[in-house]
Amino acid sequence: MITAERKPLDELLAMLEGKDKVLVAGCDTCVAVCLTGGEKEAEILASELRIKAKADGRSVQIEHTSAIRQCEWEYLDMIAGKVAEFPVVLSMACGIGIQSMAEKFADTYVLPAVNTNMLGMPQEHAVWLERCGACGDCVLADTGGICPVVRCSKSLMNGPCGGSHAGLCEVTGPNKEEIPCAWALIYDKLMAQGRQEKLMEITPPKDWSKSSSGGPRKMVREEAKPV
Amino acid sequence: MADHDFEPEIIVFACHYCAYAAADLAGSMRLQYPTNIRMIKLPCTGKLEIIHLLKALEAGADGVYAAGCMEGECHYLKGNLWARKRVEYAKTLLVELGIEPERVEMYNMSSAMGARFAEVANEFTERIRQLGPSPLRGDGAALDVVPATVAATAEEGQPT
Repeated sequence: MITAERKPLDELLAMLEGKDKVLVAGCDTCVAVCLTGGEKEAEILASELRIKAKADGRSVQIEHTSAIRQCEWEYLDMIAGKVAEFPVVLSMACGIGIQSMAEKFADTYVLPAVNTNMLGMPQEHAVWLERCGACGDCVLADTGGICPVVRCSKSLMNGPCGGSHAGLCEVTGPNKEEIPCAWALIYDKLMAQGRQEKLMEITPPKDWSKSSSGGPRKMVREEAKPV
Repeated sequence: MADHDFEPEIIVFACHYCAYAAADLAGSMRLQYPTNIRMIKLPCTGKLEIIHLLKALEAGADGVYAAGCMEGECHYLKGNLWARKRVEYAKTLLVELGIEPERVEMYNMSSAMGARFAEVANEFTERIRQLGPSPLRGDGAALDVVPATVAATAEEGQPT
């Protein structure tokens, strides 16, 4: 699913400077599951912003609402009445939801409250790991179900590189956490499955035009379009 | 600057199985504790949400604390441990907002600890007195409306 993290409060306050009527809009799908931008978090952020304003002696009207999914027109219709009451909406949805809001409510100043960061898997409660880069050309069949596009720091298609040591990547995460080498994982998995001959195949350069390098992507299912 | 003469308004979220019973016991034991605290009974401190702490402060409470069972003795196994994590998180939000994180706290006690209940009430009231009035208090208006509004939020969705 799509995961996001709330922006630092200072950044939000800078965006909201001079704005005294703000609706904090949560989204109850992906960002609610990753505990960042659902109704509960929207209520907390609205409360925080009111507390800040009150402590600064400013009079504001800050409320919260939530859409089942901000990325679908039908669900935006359900909060349209509330949105119309506010000149500024601070959206806690992913980038898709924020853009849907901005497109649907053209006269409203729609601002992002979160940074959308990845397509992640909840490995355990409250821990998410990046698992898909939406590259448009899936290679998991050849890599033992382990994605080298996002799990290899260099997105190598023929690994591992010289920076792999004892199963770990030479790159560490933002908090100095160790990152397993994706190609060491792929090697171990293919060996365990007796498919090691796959490792001898050279994978040609990947066609990145199917990823975002090819420009904004569009998907149309003609057979499913309304008649 | 701390106003040592002011009377803090304090909201306490108390677990039905321990702190609330401890308060009862403190009363039966004729123990004195400050009248500054307003108690809201929860079925378990695990019911406590971050928004309840924030709403209490937003409404002008000078301090808020949760009082749950001793660690390892929660009637619902881990409710008090969840509450502690939420209180700790609320402290980080207060730091972000430039408000003293000491205005929220988590305490543990059993239903047999009437004296401890009174001690905690004294200790926390004194802490808040030292910190001074909440910057959210505005004109220092009375807070009598707070327990009702906060309690209504806390009780939303509870089985009747």
